[in-house]
Amino acid sequence: MLGILRTHKARAWLYQGLALAATLGLALSFVLIARQNLLDQGIATGFGFLERSTGWPINFALIEVSDRSPYWRMLTAGLLNTLLVGLLGLASATLVGVVIGLIRISSNLVLNVIGATYVEVFRNVPLILQAFFWYAILTHLPSPRRAIPLLDIGFLSNRGLVLPALDISAADVFLLAAGAALIFYGAARLGGAGTPASRWAWPLALAALAALFALLLLTGRTPDAPLMTLPELRGLRFVGGFEIKPEFTALLIAITVFGGAYIGEIVRGGFLSVDKGRIEAARALGLKGFQINRFVRIPLALRAMLPALANQYVWLMKATTIGIAIGFPDYFMVVSTSINQSGQTMELMALLMGGFLLVNYSIGFVMNRVNARLAIKDRAG
Amino acid sequence: MAQATLAPPVVDRGPLAWARRRLFSSWLDGLVTLGFGAFVLWVFFKTLDWAVLGAVWSLEDKELCVAGGGACWSVIEARGRLILFGLYPFEQHWRSTLACLVIVLTMGLSCVPRFWGVRRLPLLWLAGFGSFLLLMYGGVLGLSVVTTEQWGGLSLTVLIFAAVVVIGMPLSVLLALARRSDMPVISRVAGGIIDVVRSLPLLTVLFAAAVVVPFVVPDWAQGDKLVRVILAFAVFFACYQAEIIRAGLQSIPPGQEEAAAALGMKYWRRVIEILLPQAFRASLPATINQFVITFKETSIVTIIGFFEIMASGNAAVGTGDWAGQYIEVYVFVGAIYFCFVFGLSRYGAYLERRARLGQA
Repeated sequence: MLGILRTHKARAWLYQGLALAATLGLALSFVLIARQNLLDQGIATGFGFLERSTGWPINFALIEVSDRSPYWRMLTAGLLNTLLVGLLGLASATLVGVVIGLIRISSNLVLNVIGATYVEVFRNVPLILQAFFWYAILTHLPSPRRAIPLLDIGFLSNRGLVLPALDISAADVFLLAAGAALIFYGAARLGGAGTPASRWAWPLALAALAALFALLLLTGRTPDAPLMTLPELRGLRFVGGFEIKPEFTALLIAITVFGGAYIGEIVRGGFLSVDKGRIEAARALGLKGFQINRFVRIPLALRAMLPALANQYVWLMKATTIGIAIGFPDYFMVVSTSINQSGQTMELMALLMGGFLLVNYSIGFVMNRVNARLAIKDRAG
Repeated sequence: MAQATLAPPVVDRGPLAWARRRLFSSWLDGLVTLGFGAFVLWVFFKTLDWAVLGAVWSLEDKELCVAGGGACWSVIEARGRLILFGLYPFEQHWRSTLACLVIVLTMGLSCVPRFWGVRRLPLLWLAGFGSFLLLMYGGVLGLSVVTTEQWGGLSLTVLIFAAVVVIGMPLSVLLALARRSDMPVISRVAGGIIDVVRSLPLLTVLFAAAVVVPFVVPDWAQGDKLVRVILAFAVFFACYQAEIIRAGLQSIPPGQEEAAAALGMKYWRRVIEILLPQAFRASLPATINQFVITFKETSIVTIIGFFEIMASGNAAVGTGDWAGQYIEVYVFVGAIYFCFVFGLSRYGAYLERRARLGQA
């Protein structure tokens, strides 16, 4: 009877059956125990709680939320905060990273030293420590009464940075961003088409953007309100203007500085990976310095960088969750407060994982598309 | 064709040529050198002035600390023990120190090629980790018992790192082998676990272990919160490390395993004696990099409410007395992380160079 287990195939089936049974059994026991616990605590399962109001506020949101907002709106605000700080962080970290990477491969020794010091200092200290550090610095700035003026229109104090605000609602800003993205995409398509109209693509895009902006200003504004509000000191705080909280700024700086160090290394690696022979070949063909960079060196380096860059983007996006340590209400913080307050543990954990899977797979998808566009097209393609 | 007289070739050796090449290759380059050189010197002397020359060093001189002056290192003398040892009982601090040294020694020894063996390395780590736990927990040889709630500071950071590596390494090997397995169900399950965990932030995984797990497992299986968080961290580490090891396994030509099978070696013997040693060698730089990341990420447990060195650093400036000395404390804590992480990454870079030399 046991002889049958000696064959490879039978054992394979046995192991797989056991693995499957163990996985399913574990999952089933989780669900059963969780249900029992929920029953004991008198918590109804399901997503009905999303309609209930939260009863607690968050200190930073792109959409209007208050302590009377329902859970779904609060969670949306958290997800938008994560996206905002994440995408801004990725963009600025990339900028810093490109500068650092180029500095490190330049022939100038002084620049090399600056780049290497930057990378070693900021890459070897945990992100969360850096966030605490910047947050401590920002909250130890002078109080609003003694705020540091920036060109007399903005003020930097321990409550954050206040800037003059255009009278535009958050929805308009989204419309503007979406419109701008569409216009630039169109311009890039048109500009790259190589037709006689291509020359006009970018001026046209800028004109369209200005028109969209003017349209929003004309239609989207509250009637009779001033076009721009300047921050004004009243009592112990600033009134009016657009306020950027120190939590947000500290997290953004930390992600920029930390991510910049990593991306700098990726950029450096990308440029170093470009075969010297190809540069020499380009020179032999009579290309000028600018042309060599534009048509040979940068495309090749970009191709080498992209996979590592995609990983780094996903990593940085996930790292925004440490914002909770300094009190930035990102998606994770809103979810964990919701779990504390409502007890809907399973549903909220599912939403949390779903949110991050969505964000990360979107980044992966976009980077894969970019990669596919940039990949060397061989004869088969 | 007339014979052109060529100028003698420019000799680009010697310090002058070197300076021309690296500092003054063009007038713009020279300008950059002078401008940024001045900037570097300014930053360097400012830092030196703040950290050393203008600094206040001892607790007695605390009154000399002024806002805007040099560093006030008195805070380290006053709060250094809190930062390094957390709430560990004062008289027992030597145990915490010794335990940290044991782990550092273990890390140092595992860098010596003599200890690189499928049996030696795990044994070394089990011994190091075991003596760490004995020293910290006590209860034998007349050492008083110190429960895990009192563990804190650097030794907790080191404990989490060491435990995650010790538990995560074997787990990662199992996950990598499972994902490569020719049994579809097992490879799918392992692949699913790895992909899902890798797409989640570490903080959510640790949070789930601390808050959600008590909810879904029976009471007898819950264990200590610290143990749960370390296990979850180890699973997280293993999922990343499994992909690194899988890449190492893929770099081995399939003929090797076929040859071993043809010699009649059983699966586990093939794995332990043929595949793993080569896979580890191939993936060593990436593995060290993963260690570096893991060491830095231990700081995240601070958010779940553990008193490791990041949290104890925060606590040191959290009270009124030293609230103004936050920069000194963060620099101190940052320097401790830097020592570990920089050391590890330099070692990784050395290994990479060595591996490249081996290929050439």
